[in-house]
Amino acid sequence: MKKEFWRKMGLSEEEYGMIKGILGRDPNEVELGIFGVMWSEHCSYKNSKAVLRSFPTTGERVVQGPGENAGVLDIGDGQGVVFKIESHNHPSAIEPYQGAATGVGGIIRDIFTMGARPIASLNSLRFGSLKSKRSRYLFNGVVAGIAGYGNCIGIPTIGGEVYFHPSYEENCLVNAMCIGLIDIKDIAKGVAQGPGNPVLVVGAKTGKDGIHGATFASEELNEKSEEKRPAVQVGDPFMEKLLLEACLELIKTGYVVGMQDMGAAGLTSSSSEMASRAGTGMEMDIAKVPRRETGMTPYEIMLSESQERMLVVAKSGAEKAVQDIFAKWGLEAVVIGKVTDDGYLTVKEGDEVAARIPAKALTEMCPVYAKEAKKPEYLIKAQEYDLSTLPELGDYGQVMMTLLGTGNIASKEWVYRQYDYMVGLNTVVGPGSDAAVLRIKGTNKGIAATTDCNARYVYLDPRQGGQIAVAEAARNLVCAGALPLGVTDCLNFGNPEKPEIFWQFKEAAAGISEACRTLETPVTGGNVSFYNETKGEAIYPTPVVGMVGLLEDISRVMTMGFKDEDDIIILLGENKDELGGTAYLSVIHGLEAGKPPSIDLEAERLIQRTTLALIKEGLVKSAHDCAEGGLSIALAECCIAGGLGADVVLSEEMKASSLLFGESQSRIIVTAHKEKMEKVLSRLSINKVPYKVLGNVGGEYLTINGSGWKVRLAVCDMEEKYRRAIACYMDM
Amino acid sequence: MRFGVVVFPGSNCDADCYHVIDKVLAEPVEYLWHGDRDLKEVDCVILPGGFSYGDYLRVGAIARFSPVMEKVLEHAAGGGLVIGICNGFQILTEVGLLPGALVRNPSLKFQCHNTRLRVERNDLPFTSLYKKKEIVEIPIAHGEGSFVADEETLELLEKENRVVFRYCDENGEINGISNPNGSLNNIAGICNEKGNVLGMMPHPERCAEEILGGLDGEILFRSLAGWRQGGDVA
Repeated sequence: MKKEFWRKMGLSEEEYGMIKGILGRDPNEVELGIFGVMWSEHCSYKNSKAVLRSFPTTGERVVQGPGENAGVLDIGDGQGVVFKIESHNHPSAIEPYQGAATGVGGIIRDIFTMGARPIASLNSLRFGSLKSKRSRYLFNGVVAGIAGYGNCIGIPTIGGEVYFHPSYEENCLVNAMCIGLIDIKDIAKGVAQGPGNPVLVVGAKTGKDGIHGATFASEELNEKSEEKRPAVQVGDPFMEKLLLEACLELIKTGYVVGMQDMGAAGLTSSSSEMASRAGTGMEMDIAKVPRRETGMTPYEIMLSESQERMLVVAKSGAEKAVQDIFAKWGLEAVVIGKVTDDGYLTVKEGDEVAARIPAKALTEMCPVYAKEAKKPEYLIKAQEYDLSTLPELGDYGQVMMTLLGTGNIASKEWVYRQYDYMVGLNTVVGPGSDAAVLRIKGTNKGIAATTDCNARYVYLDPRQGGQIAVAEAARNLVCAGALPLGVTDCLNFGNPEKPEIFWQFKEAAAGISEACRTLETPVTGGNVSFYNETKGEAIYPTPVVGMVGLLEDISRVMTMGFKDEDDIIILLGENKDELGGTAYLSVIHGLEAGKPPSIDLEAERLIQRTTLALIKEGLVKSAHDCAEGGLSIALAECCIAGGLGADVVLSEEMKASSLLFGESQSRIIVTAHKEKMEKVLSRLSINKVPYKVLGNVGGEYLTINGSGWKVRLAVCDMEEKYRRAIACYMDM
Repeated sequence: MRFGVVVFPGSNCDADCYHVIDKVLAEPVEYLWHGDRDLKEVDCVILPGGFSYGDYLRVGAIARFSPVMEKVLEHAAGGGLVIGICNGFQILTEVGLLPGALVRNPSLKFQCHNTRLRVERNDLPFTSLYKKKEIVEIPIAHGEGSFVADEETLELLEKENRVVFRYCDENGEINGISNPNGSLNNIAGICNEKGNVLGMMPHPERCAEEILGGLDGEILFRSLAGWRQGGDVA
């Protein structure tokens, strides 16, 4: 075999040698193509597996941890919440609409493959500066693609996050998360059990689109990436809606043995993974696969990533019943082969054997690499930056207005008004809050969900940044009144073959691990996306944390907006002199330096549990976490959301900029009726939670009084700035 | 009052309408399959929101040819109640039960948010429990909801008092600012001559429970449920 060929498949010389060893012969082109995708980082996690093993993945609520199509957590009453996040970065950077749309379609399939009805989507997006035309083009296309797919299929997009930073200029990030609901007894798995059982391809026909998408996702973007546009799939949400309804109807019949989405690496990954998990083999005649174009080779059929297809292993004799259900929805279900007991994936075209590989060779036997890790040079310089020399700008009101009007802090209304966030009649709290909240029909319960990552913190200290991503996600859920339950993560990094990048990855994963252990939120699955670089420059390390939480009593749901005049504003947690890594430094001083805010995970846990108890007892009327922009911006957000002003005193002896814009962790702003204040304060004292009474709600202005300075801003002016900022850029 | 919710391939508010009638109103309700020429003897047919047949062609243009629509036409001709919400409204204009058309929002974007509506008529089975000129809040969620019609049709609609809902501001004023999608005369919903067929872009089923943010839409369903069977339509 020519070297160029296996190189093109993304395989190394050692790997090619291993493959020859496994097969005991030279692989043919089809086999090599199959190995190429299955051993790509995207499918095999060969560079990340060793690191990911450190994640806590068990807990009393974990029904399904990593390894299946999605994780499942027990939420009581025999019900489970099914959830997962996945990246679609490279396709979106090449073709934003379809890249994002198929990202949404893929993650939705992962959820209903488990037998769950998808009830909501979230996302986490990163683009270059809003000032860049290309970034605006990508941003516009990605949002339209998410809307186009999600709205059509009828699954509400209830939340997410969007950040802008030049490091994402050419390599935007599109991470899509989906949540489903299931009766735990009905969980379906991706297993091909029972030799002799029929294997069916259901849903859309197979075309030449997306061939080698997984390999493409496992290399850096470059000038030639545009040529890979054909490797981006095209989505058909209508087809997926039919597939979703047909699959859920099918699962209810009990005829399904196993089912898996044909996502990355299409028929190849679904067949080999299903056989491998069950310890069986599979024989398929690909001449029987319904195609939408003629002249497709076995290689193309095996590697096509045409969307909206599933592989189903049914009970023997149920073929007709399966086909009838799909026919009702206007879909094809074609028997292409059967489960075998020989452990081999055998691909035939008619009578010709096109490929024959041990199924486990494509999954468990993929090599695992422990990459070299090295602390990057930039960190030392950035962390040592002396922030004490920064000039103190006098007009803090102006600084606040500037921050409210920057893309990363401003309202994301321009985005989420394009998403149908209400369809399904479950959305109790929609986008624009700390966390989105869904009610669960027929119960008193609710689910809260959020996605979070402050990549600047991760850049400046990967371990601490990883911890904060988890802590902040959990804090957001707590502010909605939910107990954080578990995590799905999407780890977006540069090229792991660079020791500095791998060090970032390892450190961030360690931070996530530590925080997940302390906050008791196990990781149930997720996705790693490496090679997010353009022209050799890596993105900011962006380990996005998707988290779900449970509200036992949906009537106790909490929101951030101030509620009534004269309510008392109380800050839980401590203000510290920490300006490193803040939005203030970046926006006002053009600096991305210093140590990110410190975090004490035990203190974080205490504050979260205490806040949750206050909410459950009905003692507080609003809760909001302090994040980008610090205390002043958090207060402004509470005012804007509630349409009410506030009068606040910050009495600490600290630099005004640190007090107003420092991003110290583990701080939550709550309000309480004045008659309940004593009770709230005594709870805080008993629990040893540090707090400060800041002032009270009321009027049309937010007034913050410090020692020797004062900020006074009209709520309507702040709102105008906050709500209009992104639209101003995008409607240019 | 027996309700039927039509399920087209690609409908996605069918379950929402069903839920409101079944669980909130506790009235009898059936799903009506697009391929069946059978309305299961329901009194009121609901054409729900969604993307029937993917709406890859002109919205609603394929759904109108579904077998079930033959029966819906007969039902409407006999004075039976029909309400089309969002995609359902689009289908009603395509099948000719209502005049005009719904075209792409001038923003060229899908828009999902609350809107204020002024109830122009409360003498219809759909609106009998609203007060006349009452201002209600009901959300929209559509990419193609801009109501257009030729001048003659528009004049006729106004003359015959067939505009049922209009986008308005908090004072009930009808103006450009309160018009979210460029609909002519701020039209959000219209009825046929007999008043037994209503089409509207906003989604009343989305605000029929307090926990979801309001009850303004529930009034519409309650009006229908309370409408005496076989009662005269204006």
